[in-house]
Amino acid sequence: MLEARALTCVREERTLFGDLSLTVAPGELVQVAGPNGVGKTSLLRLLAGLSRPYGGEVCWQGENIEQNRDDYHQDLLYLGHQAGIKHELTAFENLAFFRRMHHTDSTANLWQVLAMVGLAGLEDQPAGQLSAGQKRRVALARLWLGGPRLWILDEPFTAIDKHGVRVLEQLLLDHTDAGGMVLITTHQDLSLCASRARTLQLTPYQEELV
Amino acid sequence: MRSMFTGVLRRELVSALRRRADILNPLWFFVIVITLFPLGIGPEPTLLARIAPGIVWVAALLSSLLALERLFRDDFIDGTLEQLMLMPCPLGVLVLAKVLAHWLLTGLPLLLLSPLVAVLLSLDMVGFQAVFWTLLLGTPILSLLGAIGVALTVGIGKGGVLLSLLTLPLYIPVLIFATSAIEAAAFGAPYDGQLAILAAMLVGSITLAPFAIASALRVSVN
Repeated sequence: MLEARALTCVREERTLFGDLSLTVAPGELVQVAGPNGVGKTSLLRLLAGLSRPYGGEVCWQGENIEQNRDDYHQDLLYLGHQAGIKHELTAFENLAFFRRMHHTDSTANLWQVLAMVGLAGLEDQPAGQLSAGQKRRVALARLWLGGPRLWILDEPFTAIDKHGVRVLEQLLLDHTDAGGMVLITTHQDLSLCASRARTLQLTPYQEELV
Repeated sequence: MRSMFTGVLRRELVSALRRRADILNPLWFFVIVITLFPLGIGPEPTLLARIAPGIVWVAALLSSLLALERLFRDDFIDGTLEQLMLMPCPLGVLVLAKVLAHWLLTGLPLLLLSPLVAVLLSLDMVGFQAVFWTLLLGTPILSLLGAIGVALTVGIGKGGVLLSLLTLPLYIPVLIFATSAIEAAAFGAPYDGQLAILAAMLVGSITLAPFAIASALRVSVN
């Protein structure tokens, strides 16, 4: 279970949100919503442990994530705005690297996984020559490798076509059905997962007058 | 943990070998700077041999600085640095693998070029050996210390000049002991002492620098 207690995030002396608490239990799909610049990405980065909160703490299975970073990261798959793949390596090599590093228990066939995300025939292309959507698909292919229980996905549908979005939403549903946790931001309306998703609405922070 | 170390090392080497210009340019720079000196101050062997230690090492410092920036900047831009920080493995270990790959691509070639350098600067056999040993012990220190500077400046858009201002002062101890070793060799004096100090600095930076680099990266990516 992922728990955030009284998180406060300050960027450039501007408070994005204060005293924010949330829990994500196994089987839950949480959509973080709100207008641009409200702090969705900042929240996800805090929860992933990429940045440190100004106040409050993030706990995984009851333990502060800074105390037990490696165990937390073993269970976490975070995909941010950048795809996080090397442009000189091929799609296959990129995915193989992540399996070696992060999805060590995975028995999935990488060729099959790449075909599933629609990259059949492009496995040996350097990732730098792929289109924006295809690069993102290489990164998203990690979701099919299995392993981490908590997925934190920042705008995963960007540059993905309609069919791809449906496939991905089905995968998110399957993952939560299997007891996984998903935290997601997106500006698109969820179609398949709409009924399952709990929405966390972020609103621009109002300073309390003392 | 070892499999992750070699995983990062292999990926770094493969992706660097597919983009050769980045490796070759600092090497050309090293060779060209060294050839400029005989052209500029005349090919008199005694004079060249006298100033050779300084030339070799200043050129090595500058070429290492030139190559440093790509250590973390590309990773920062394409998001692989973020992913590296989210691996279930201490960041220091992964960072050490990156620095090792960087040294294999930028420091080791300087060693291979050192015979050429010795000829250009009319060093004798003893002088050449001293250059070789100081480069072998000294260039990894440059990579490790430089990586701290890169890690600190990677979040700032154009950190080039700032990086030089941060790292060059840290290089001074290496410069002093390395050149003093080569000078001692030129006079036929033993230079084991200087090499021992360089080796001590190397061991110190291998053990401590990864922690510094890892925390600097966490601050930069914050």
